[in-house]
Parts: sequence; structure tokens; C-alpha cells
Amino acid sequence: MSTRENILAAVKKNQPALSALPDISVFKVHEEDVVKKYSDVFAGIGGLLVSAGSLENVKDLIRKDFDQNKRILTTLPDLTDVAELSDPDADPHTLEDVELAIIEAHLGVAENGAVWLTEDVMGHRVLPYITQHLAVIVREESIVSTMHDAYSKIASEDYGFGGFIGGPSKTADIEQALVLGAHGPLSMTVYLIK
Amino acid sequence: MKSTLDHAALAEEFNKDEERVDWHDGALWWIRQKRDRSAHQTPQWEELREAASAIKSNVISNLHDYLIQFEENLKKNGVKVYWASDAEEHNQIVYSILKAKEIKQMVKSKSMLTEECHLNEFLEERGIEVINSDLGEYIQQIDNEPPSHIVLPCIHKRKEEIGELFHEHLGTEKGLSDPTLLTRVARKHLRNVFLTRRAALTGVNFAVAETGEYVVCTNEGNADMGAHLSEVQIASMGLEKIIPERKHLGVFLRLLARSAIGQPITIYSSHYKKPRPGQEMHLILVDKGRSNLLARPDFRESLKCIKCGGCMNTCPVYRKSGGLSYHNTISGPIGAILAPNLDMKQHADLPFASTLCGSCSNVCPVKIPIHDQLYKWRQEIVKQGYSASRKTFSMKAMALTLSSPEIYKTAGKTGRWLLNNAPFAINNKFNPWYKQRDMPDSSQQSFGEWYAKNGSKK
Repeated sequence: MSTRENILAAVKKNQPALSALPDISVFKVHEEDVVKKYSDVFAGIGGLLVSAGSLENVKDLIRKDFDQNKRILTTLPDLTDVAELSDPDADPHTLEDVELAIIEAHLGVAENGAVWLTEDVMGHRVLPYITQHLAVIVREESIVSTMHDAYSKIASEDYGFGGFIGGPSKTADIEQALVLGAHGPLSMTVYLIK
Repeated sequence: MKSTLDHAALAEEFNKDEERVDWHDGALWWIRQKRDRSAHQTPQWEELREAASAIKSNVISNLHDYLIQFEENLKKNGVKVYWASDAEEHNQIVYSILKAKEIKQMVKSKSMLTEECHLNEFLEERGIEVINSDLGEYIQQIDNEPPSHIVLPCIHKRKEEIGELFHEHLGTEKGLSDPTLLTRVARKHLRNVFLTRRAALTGVNFAVAETGEYVVCTNEGNADMGAHLSEVQIASMGLEKIIPERKHLGVFLRLLARSAIGQPITIYSSHYKKPRPGQEMHLILVDKGRSNLLARPDFRESLKCIKCGGCMNTCPVYRKSGGLSYHNTISGPIGAILAPNLDMKQHADLPFASTLCGSCSNVCPVKIPIHDQLYKWRQEIVKQGYSASRKTFSMKAMALTLSSPEIYKTAGKTGRWLLNNAPFAINNKFNPWYKQRDMPDSSQQSFGEWYAKNGSKK
């Protein structure tokens, strides 16, 4: 027998009698104001939250807050006044010098401040991780209360790669001292728009 | 790197530096407190733990079918699947994947499984260099030490010691020990590693049978940096990492980081499903004792573990003895119940490295009755004749004493007399209870004697 068959046979022989799955629809949190909750939690995990209102305002904020002489990349055609449009055919290694990446999220999660991104909004899988600073546009109406709600929205959507990102990359491996900017972005800004 | 000393002897070494023990104890207790705050702020927390435990019970009971379903979906998604029954087979598979592409360097994110398999050593012997990219694991690697904690690999090290290692290996200024500056140096060094490695290996936190995707959680972003810049991506996972459906991730991702470090979610929860164009994805399903553990009804629930490390942070023995004293990749209470399944003789000491206080079971996000299992392993180990001879002898003496009222009375009297009149007979290095503590003063009479005098008085 092959290793596969051996393992499967042993598992089948040794696994106990079937135990039913629990009902997880009981996990409902009613949040009065998900936008406020999201904002508070995101700020609490070291993120920068800006109520921008509109994409036009985001452009002004980007001009004000980031050095225009450095490489700014976006996957949003509406932001090409302030950023270079990401080229899907580029070698991901060429993104090494990106200072700021601006991406729009599918949704935000109030209970933990995370945003959900899939590779089609990332442009390149590595972009939100390799950039020195990350900016994410979140539409207020896309914010859900909990991870359960997030997965109800994601449902059976197909993607090659997707990820929740909940703040700037961090580590506390040296004496539990919190350091923002481990291997990924040094900062993460969320621009809330209506 | 295998130690021949047992947990007690290694803990004694660790305990020589009292200041370090106090600091280590405090650092972990602080994390435990963060976990509590985070748990208390989460509505339906106890129900979530129940649900997570029940989902894992279902996984254990239906693992055969889930594995087949997962494999089918992986293949549909374009991922190459391998099965390995032990460390040797797993390591050979990784080696053959790299060899086929003539790859000589690989970057690896945190994976306790590959630590257990001693993959790095295996590949290095065959001319392949592996760099651990999680900062804590990187530090442990350059110090030639295994991780002392599954979530916080170098929690036992002081920043000055890390500064010294960086001075030696990365050329930083002597005496530099500021955590932010050290992290920046590692960031710069490892960025170059990510950009130049053609192969990246990651562990797996959750594998979804329904979709064939697997989720990797990190705070640093190191798994993603490695994987998305590689042309060959490899994931190694134990069979028990399976969960049935995507929606179940909601339950586990809510529990994992809160239980681990009191954070609402890991910064990165990455769902890997299909390779990028031009990239290869490989996944290795590893048994390494799991199917055997399924056959042990008393112990199979330990397969529910999601590796949050919560039981270590709360354990009074772990906090005061340090992870390396467990001489096993996975230390602490969960390590002490997983290790004997793999080699009961070698790990016979570990289930005894506990006070059985039950704190581990109380914080476990998937409700593994850890302290019950520790107790059951002790019985199993004694039955198989693997317990330490000194312990067996003293247990027999204790059983004899407790079974005879006469011996019990005489022993109590002798003990009290010695403590009061000849304390040197007890306060000496032959008495393990005297280590690191003073023996108490003894009362003049036993409870029995006191009761005989006073019990009848109204």
C-alpha cells in the first residue's frame, strides 16, 4: 500500500463514531454603530483611521500625507492623479521599492479592524505585504460586525488568494516590546468613504 | 541538540538565575492577562469555545472523508498533494521538490511541524540552506537553539543577548539592544532573503476541506513575503489541521489571536487557494503519530489543538521553568500531552511537569481537558514502567504510609520531631522540596492528637 492508503486506512480504522457539527448561526452580535466600532478597534490595533468621505478627498489626503517623489502604486483607476496604476504583468520583485500602495477592500470587520482583500483588488498578491506603507479604502456600508458576517458575505466566492489584514505588520519577539513594521508595512491607513 | 536531562534537571538550570525566572514569569503572565481582557470583551466567548471544540470533534470523527475531500479540492485548484507518514518521508518530499528545480536556498515561515521533523538540519546536510523568517525563530536559529514557545519562540531571551547575537551575525554595533532598532536590522536583512529565494515553505493553521484552501496566520507578514515572491511554494501540515467548511474559519479566527496574545485577530490571515501564474504550489499532509493518537480515546482530543500557546502562558510550571526545559519542540502543557504519544519513554517526565491546577484547560480555546490528560498520561507511564525510579519508590512508600494508620501516625510524629529538633535532616540538598524554598516550622502535635484533646469540648 502507498503512504496515502496506509494513512487513510489507519485514520478510518481509528477515528471515533461520527459527532455532529454545531450550529454556528447562533453567533450574532448586534452592533449599534459598526462604523464607530470599526474606527475605535482599528485605531486600537495601531492603525491610522481617516474619515475621508469621498475618493476626491482621499487624493488630497494622499498628497498631504505621503511624499510624492516616492513610488506610490494603486489598483484604483480613479486615483491615478496621485499614484501609478499597478501593472498586472510586472514581476512582483519589482515592487520592492513601493513606498505606498492604495487598495480598496471588499469589506471591513468591526470586531477586529481587519479588511478583506482578494488578489483581484491587490493587483499583485505581494503588494499589500511588500509596500512600506499600506492605505486601504473602505466603504462605510461594507463594514460588518463580526467574522461570521464577513464569511457570510464572502460565502463561496472563488479566488486564488485572499487575506484579512488587520493593521500594520508587527512583532513583539524581542522582550515583548511592540514594534510596528516587522516584515510588512510600517503603517496602515484606512480611508473611510461613504 | 537532544538533551539527555529531564524536565526537572533542566528547570533547575533555568532556576539558577532568579531574576530571569521572575522576569519570564511576569512576561508570560502579562500575556495571559491580555488574553483575559480580550476574551471578556468578546460576546458569547464561552459558546465560541464550545463551538470550536464541537467542530474539532466532528473533524476527528470524520477525518478520513475530510482528507479525501480536501485532497480532491487541492488538486482541482492546481496544488500538488503529497502524503508523509513520518519526518523522514516528509523531509525527503521537500528535498525532492527543491532538487527537481535545482533550488539551493529556501525561506521558511513558522512551522512547528517542520521543527519537529528537523527539516532544516536534513536539508542543510544535503547542501540546501534554510532561513527561518519569523523574527523569533530567526533569532533562535542564529543561536542554534530550538524555539522555547510555539508563538513566542525566544520569549526566554533578554534583549541584550539578542543584541549580542545580532552583533555577531548581522554586524550591528556592540551593545545595541533597542528592540525597534534590532527589528529594523532584521527587517532589512530578511527583506533581501525574501527577494532572492525561489522557494518558500509555510506551515498551515487551518485547511478547509470544502474549498481546498489553507489559511496561514502571522503578525509579521513573513509567510506572505516569502510565498508571494517564490516560484515554488510548499506548505506542510499535520492531518489534524482540517476544518470542514470556510464559514468555520469565523469561529477559529475569532479565538486564535485572542487566546494567544489578546489581539482581536492576527494582522495577517492569508487564504491560499491556487498558485499564481508561473508558480508551483505543493502541500504535504503529514501523519507523524496523528492516526495513532486517534486510536487512543483518552488522548485523541489533543488533536484539537490550534497552537495558540495559551496553555503555556498560564501554566505556573512553564512560566517558572522555561520552554527549553521540556526538551520537545512543543513545550508546556500541550507539549506534555502530545509528546508521550510519539515516544512515551523519551517523554515520560513531561506529564509530571505540572501541578494539575487545571488553568491550561480553562483557557484552551478548543476546550482540550489538558490537565485530565496529563493525569491520565502519568498513569499510563507508570503502568508501562517508564516513570522515574525515585518517584516510583516514593509513591510506594506513600501508599504504604497512607494505608496503615499506625505507620501514618509514626511517620507524622517522626517528621514533626525532625523539623523541630533536627531541621538539618530535612533542610538539605537530598530533599527536593528544600530547593528554592525554606521548610516551614512544624506544629507540636498532629490534627489527630489535637482533636483527641479538644474535639469533645463543647
